[in-house]
Amino acid sequence: MARTKTAKSGAEIATDMHPDLAFQTFTASKDQLLEFYKQMLLIRRFEERAGQLYGLGLIGGFCHLYIGQEAVAVGLQSAITPGKDSVVTGYRDHGHMLLCGIDPKVVMAELTGRAAGISQGKGGSMHMFSVEHGFFGGHGIVGAQVSLGAGLGFAHKYKGDGGIAIAYFGDGAANQGQVYESLNMAELWKLPVIFVIENNQYAMGTAIARASSEVHLYRRGESFRVPGIQVDGMDVLAVRGASEVAIDYVRSGKGPVIMEMMTYRYRGHSMSDPAKYRSKEEVQDMREHNDPIERAKKALEAMGVGEDVLKTIDKDIRTRVSEAADFAEQSPEPDPNELYTDVLVGSY
Amino acid sequence: MPRMNMIEAINSALNVALAQSPDVTILGEDVGYFGGVFRATAGLQKRHGKTRVFDTPITECGIIGVAVGMAAYGLRPVPEIQFADYIYPALDQLVSEAARLRYRSAGEFPMPITVRSPFGGGIFGGQTHSQSPEGVFTHVAGLKTVIPSNPYDAKGLLLAAIADNDPVIFFEPKRIYNGPFDGHYDTPTVPWAKVDDATAEVPEGHYTVPLGKARVVREGGDVTLLAYGTMVHVAGTAVAESGVDGEIIDLRTLIPLDIETIKASVKKTGRCVIVHEATRTGGFGAELSALVQERCFYHLEAPVQRVTGFDTPYPHSLEWAYFPGPVRIKRALDAVMKD
Ligand SMILES: Cc1ncc(C[n+]2csc(CCOP(=O)(O)OP(=O)(O)O)c2C)c(N)n1
Ligand SMILES: [Mg+2]
Repeated sequence: MARTKTAKSGAEIATDMHPDLAFQTFTASKDQLLEFYKQMLLIRRFEERAGQLYGLGLIGGFCHLYIGQEAVAVGLQSAITPGKDSVVTGYRDHGHMLLCGIDPKVVMAELTGRAAGISQGKGGSMHMFSVEHGFFGGHGIVGAQVSLGAGLGFAHKYKGDGGIAIAYFGDGAANQGQVYESLNMAELWKLPVIFVIENNQYAMGTAIARASSEVHLYRRGESFRVPGIQVDGMDVLAVRGASEVAIDYVRSGKGPVIMEMMTYRYRGHSMSDPAKYRSKEEVQDMREHNDPIERAKKALEAMGVGEDVLKTIDKDIRTRVSEAADFAEQSPEPDPNELYTDVLVGSY
Repeated sequence: MPRMNMIEAINSALNVALAQSPDVTILGEDVGYFGGVFRATAGLQKRHGKTRVFDTPITECGIIGVAVGMAAYGLRPVPEIQFADYIYPALDQLVSEAARLRYRSAGEFPMPITVRSPFGGGIFGGQTHSQSPEGVFTHVAGLKTVIPSNPYDAKGLLLAAIADNDPVIFFEPKRIYNGPFDGHYDTPTVPWAKVDDATAEVPEGHYTVPLGKARVVREGGDVTLLAYGTMVHVAGTAVAESGVDGEIIDLRTLIPLDIETIKASVKKTGRCVIVHEATRTGGFGAELSALVQERCFYHLEAPVQRVTGFDTPYPHSLEWAYFPGPVRIKRALDAVMKD
């Protein structure tokens, strides 16, 4: 199998990919790269704050942070058309939501379980939705969103609205049976779906090689004839370049594509995970040499963006995140009567 | 005698079972190398090897399907489903295969499989980490359903389940893994090691608690309370706070059900309150209620009351409004005592 090392991360990225899907790193203008940088930084700061609120007991239960993986969602979602395309993912969903244009306030308020949260406090961190923003969840059951993604793709095709579906899932989720049922249907019916595997190397405490007979997940569609590409998911420009090609392919009616994004999560699986299954050095190495935000920052500096500009950006983002946190802390809890609403259309 | 919490007791049971029979295997997500998300299988892979205690991919349908095949060939698998909320992808294998293989092969294939799974609420887990789906399984002919409420029973029932030649769904009330829960969310949990309760004393070696035998936790003359898992303790709080002389029965196994113990108690007290966390409609409480009125009708002084979860998904916020705590149980006690 042809493989090549990426310049920076040293991770091997496959090159034996479908000819229609050959892609190149995106060449961003200064403004474009600044925008990617802002989006990644917003996610990072939002997640750091969520982690703090969790530590303070303001967020309870299960909370999964996206820190380290920001380039994946930013590179891909910056290339789709908001409002026209659909996004669905698992429980590590805060970042994808922010990129759909959802107000950080109502996301944070959902994490704290307040009435002003986007699911009125009923869903929590893992279960958030917005039809208006084309965000279809937020799903706590590993793998469930993949079939939904195929269904969303079907609906786009059926309605002929030109939209496509993006279904994100993890390297662990890639072993659920319904993923394969979905790949088969999606190819059979030529559905406009991008199956995005965020391969962060671990499913909770299980390293990928201990749970997967084929660890090159971009190949998981081969027996269904679903083409796949592998992408350096720590490089927002590589992701954006690959995404444009994949989106064109899918939108033109050729059927689904798998994008395997090679990425890494810095934090534990959820807030209660001490992450003893990997070494501190491994995490440190990723942070130091491969951080998507630092990489973008260096590129911006090389383009002549001054430190003052970057500082202002950080300050503005911190302010936005603080406002979201204050809002989430101050909003009231839902009314107990809300427990009974929305179970079915009517009351019963 | 050593004191153990429920996790340690379960770990001890698995350790004993692995040592006793080479047919016993343990499989599930993160159960091997990592020792389980609740640490129930900690150290077992090291002690018994990777072929007997092993990690699976995230593939619940596959985990149970493979275990059913292993059991049909004479092994005694103990698969773990990490949370009961994830058991649904495996439902087909449990209902269509595990529960029925013996019947449709006219007894040719035994099905000695024990599915362990943490269940229940009270941990702020929201809708995908809090459910109590026992009623789904008690409704299926061919499955046994076991739910311990303390460390001693957890170990003894689990060893009995593993030795049993029928498929057993073994739900572990995760809220009380570390210590009993009195139902008041704002009082800190006292660890099992520190509670004044003999059920935290757990023998190191082999013993069993037979399936199908309930335990009278507290004797009383006014009213019978039927509960299992976490709710045994919550019912205890309600009785203590209400001053009613309640007789609390810990069912321990739902199928097979110890109807004789229930009958004897209700005939004595003439009143019955059923308590479970699961949603009400079609829940196991409905079955219990029907059985009580069938068997004890002429002894009943008041309509049977159920205290249950509401018929809604488990919410993220307002957990303590949702959870059937002591206040709701006391209300039911008042109602049956009034009649
Ligand atoms: C059906 C189901 N099984 C198990 C779980 C428990 N669980 C939650 S996340 C997770 C690991 C998933 O790993 P991966 O797909 O790689 O995603 P990541 O967390 O790395 O983003 C597991 C086992 C679940 N939520 N749903
Ligand atoms: Mg992963």
